[in-house]
Amino acid sequence: MSNKPNSPLLQRDGTRALLASLLSILIGLVTGAIVILIVGMLNPSISLKGAWDGIRLVLFGVFSTGRDAVGALTFGFNPTNLGNMLFRATPLILTGLSVAIAFKTGLFNIGASGQYLAGTCASLFLALSIPSTVVPAWLIWLIAFLGGVLAGALWGAIPGLLKATLNINEVIACIMTNWIAASLVTWLFDISNLKNMVEGTKSGYIYKTTYNGVATAKLGLDKIFPGSQVNGGIVIAVVMAVLVYILLEKTTFGYELKACGANRHAARYAGIRDKRNIVCSMAIAGAMAGAAGALYYLSGNTEFFWSTYQALPSEGFDGIAVALLAVNNPIGVVFTGIFMSLLSIAGLQLTNLTAYNEYITDVIIAVIVYLSAFSLVIKLWISGRKAAGKPPLFARKKPDGAGITPAATEAAAAPAAPEETGKEAQE
Amino acid sequence: MDQNNDYVIEMLHITKEFPGIRANDDITLQLRRGEIHALLGENGAGKSTLMSVLFGLYQPEKGEIRKNGKPVSINSPNDATALGIGMVHQHFKLIEVFTVLDNIILGAEDTKLGFLQKKEARRKVKELSEKYGLAIDMDAKVEDITVGMQQRVEILKMLYRDNEILIFDEPTAVLTPQEIDELMEIMRNLAKEGKSILFISHKLNEIMAVSDRCTVLRKGKYVGTIETAGTNKQELSNMMVGRPVQLEVVKDDAKPGDTVLEVRHYTVPSKLHKKDAVHDVSFDVHSGEILCIAGIDGNGQTELVYGLTGLEKAGGGTLKLCGQDITHAGIRQRGQNMSHIPEDRHKHGLVLDFTLEQNLVLQRYYEPQFESHGFIKQGAVREYADRLIEQYDVRSGQGPVTRARSMSGGNQQKAIVAREVDRDKELLVAVQPTRGLDVGAIEYIHKQLVAERDRGKAVLLISLELDEVMSLSDRILVMYEGEIVGELDPKTTTVQELGLYMAGAKRQQREGESA
Repeated sequence: MSNKPNSPLLQRDGTRALLASLLSILIGLVTGAIVILIVGMLNPSISLKGAWDGIRLVLFGVFSTGRDAVGALTFGFNPTNLGNMLFRATPLILTGLSVAIAFKTGLFNIGASGQYLAGTCASLFLALSIPSTVVPAWLIWLIAFLGGVLAGALWGAIPGLLKATLNINEVIACIMTNWIAASLVTWLFDISNLKNMVEGTKSGYIYKTTYNGVATAKLGLDKIFPGSQVNGGIVIAVVMAVLVYILLEKTTFGYELKACGANRHAARYAGIRDKRNIVCSMAIAGAMAGAAGALYYLSGNTEFFWSTYQALPSEGFDGIAVALLAVNNPIGVVFTGIFMSLLSIAGLQLTNLTAYNEYITDVIIAVIVYLSAFSLVIKLWISGRKAAGKPPLFARKKPDGAGITPAATEAAAAPAAPEETGKEAQE
Repeated sequence: MDQNNDYVIEMLHITKEFPGIRANDDITLQLRRGEIHALLGENGAGKSTLMSVLFGLYQPEKGEIRKNGKPVSINSPNDATALGIGMVHQHFKLIEVFTVLDNIILGAEDTKLGFLQKKEARRKVKELSEKYGLAIDMDAKVEDITVGMQQRVEILKMLYRDNEILIFDEPTAVLTPQEIDELMEIMRNLAKEGKSILFISHKLNEIMAVSDRCTVLRKGKYVGTIETAGTNKQELSNMMVGRPVQLEVVKDDAKPGDTVLEVRHYTVPSKLHKKDAVHDVSFDVHSGEILCIAGIDGNGQTELVYGLTGLEKAGGGTLKLCGQDITHAGIRQRGQNMSHIPEDRHKHGLVLDFTLEQNLVLQRYYEPQFESHGFIKQGAVREYADRLIEQYDVRSGQGPVTRARSMSGGNQQKAIVAREVDRDKELLVAVQPTRGLDVGAIEYIHKQLVAERDRGKAVLLISLELDEVMSLSDRILVMYEGEIVGELDPKTTTVQELGLYMAGAKRQQREGESA
């Protein structure tokens, strides 16, 4: 008797998760459109046509090619926008992976910002301090990148260690290490000689890595997307996502990590060293966030504003949104990361081409994140509609004695046994 | 009035279908006023679906529900509550940090100008608790009271809402033998006062002891309704399972061999109080025997197992397994010669969000059979899972890829038993292996344990069920307040004597066993 899983596509977990995420995105975009409309109506300087332009830009901003002679919006293939979208997606994918892998192990890595800073700091120091006259630039790049990854990993391991040994909640430890990183990085650059004093207008910035001849290889992507900042970083991010997927789904180590995350007691019972795995998971998460910082600033065309002690880089927190929307699936993170960066490109177009400003897209992102936190509920809602006449949500939510939770869950399991016998009868 | 027509609730010819499956197929259940009516069936027989229909959670495709002879439609739990139907769930729905009184009135509070009026409520609860003999402390917090008292709080919740029809969903699964006796008495009182009780269970002893009539379901179908006075356990279990079931464990005399586990002066500190949870315990388990540790829940059995298996650190003493000193060994090192069916299948036994096949390799995913160069051999895992599923008859919706969470309790337990027995270790530690299971599954698991013994393995059984202790074990140790107070031979002792030891009323002076 074979036991092949042949459930219909719509009833698979993955399909439901995907539908739930898409639904969140759709509602977010619609909400954004409504906000644009309302803002447009409240602002006398924006006509109804202006509002319509705004809505179109939010939805298709990445394909915007400016305005034509009569002032109408034009759309088409815009390689610069697409390339910039991929460039901005790179750190988002990696911080998304950082949060997702921690989630899978039952940890909430809210410290991606600090790990990102640690990675940035180490990368920039290495990339700018190693003399390119002695060491070939590609080797400096590699050292700087790996240094950033390692710094992120170490920074992530700290909350992991605190959690494993002293049972300190990782959320609190992460928040603290975020601000420690922010102040530490500011101080380190403050006393360094890497501040860009040459260009007077840029006194708050560190040299671009190109000053030392170090930059991420373009891998021909600049030919496909001329005029954009895109480089090989996006390829590295995608490869990382695939590696994380393989790690989690195919290896015994990933199996252990997930077991610890899903049920720490059962993992201990099975002899899995849960404490070690918590540290490892946070270190890997930190490495991802560190890689995000390293790749963003090793691109050669970005400048680091070193006074970070007042504001944490937003990439870390955006990573939470990216991971949530992808339901912590590493491959999904690639797409949600690109989607988030698509929205930010749309925001730029909105600022450039209309009287709106880019913060509208923040509203959209906020709505989507909010809804993606509900994606589990939406998922249940989708499956509830399919399973029975009535959504079982109702039964699960009932707080009082009248609720029937165990009955409902057992009832859901109940059909299982006879179904099995039915299958046997067929074969 | 003709008593036979005095049905308070009738569910007539109920059919409820789920995609591809009939969970209830033409089921009729008639509840008389003032009777205790048992609903008997194996896991997955359709009891819960039927109750969900009665509660308005599912709408049946066919059939009709009548109250006092009049057809009613129940579209939501609120409708059910309005009709006076109340339910005590297997897992209580209480707010732990609230007091007993607050929990009882929650959702049905009297208020004046938005302020709670508890005086009247207090009087009513007091009256009810005296009338039905439900002793409670109204001002204690739920988290501080015993499971038995929590259940009484649940019952009072129903009574406070003037429910006439009381459903008890496997109410004894979480209770000690004494608490079960008390509950039976309470149920009889309730029935005497005119409440009608639906008692969902698969424990035949309890059904025989307390119910007036019994309706049996099997695989979604109605098997029959019989007067309990005119039947016996064997007939009921045959109806439920659909084949003759062995209620008694059949086994030959044990042939104990070498010492497999040697426990000496073993002590485990308590997490709750300063006294040791397990204090200076010494015993041996031999190959080819089932040694049972009996005792009332909470007398140190759990901590003893945690200590033996390495889940908790010991306070003192030594452990020897197959000649090796494992006093300070890690869990995995002990696992080389020991398998463990844990007490709590949801906490320790399974990763509920994993699939069945992932759970089946939980103890051996790292063995060369399933791992190469750090990668899991998915094919080998699937093959292994298929074999265990077939060999141990573990049933689930989608076979090896079923989420463990969606499986019935009986099949979850079967999966754990399959995994642990198949590891084929010298010592099998089985903690309450049949808790919450139906007779079919119990029979099966008992057979597995005896088979392991007959294959020359050592079995350490920890059980709270006296029947199980008496029928399965070759030797009984009784634990009381963290110490072993007696060693008994099941062939010569009686349940009464065992009970005296368990309650701490009797005690033997034991020497440390010689190796």
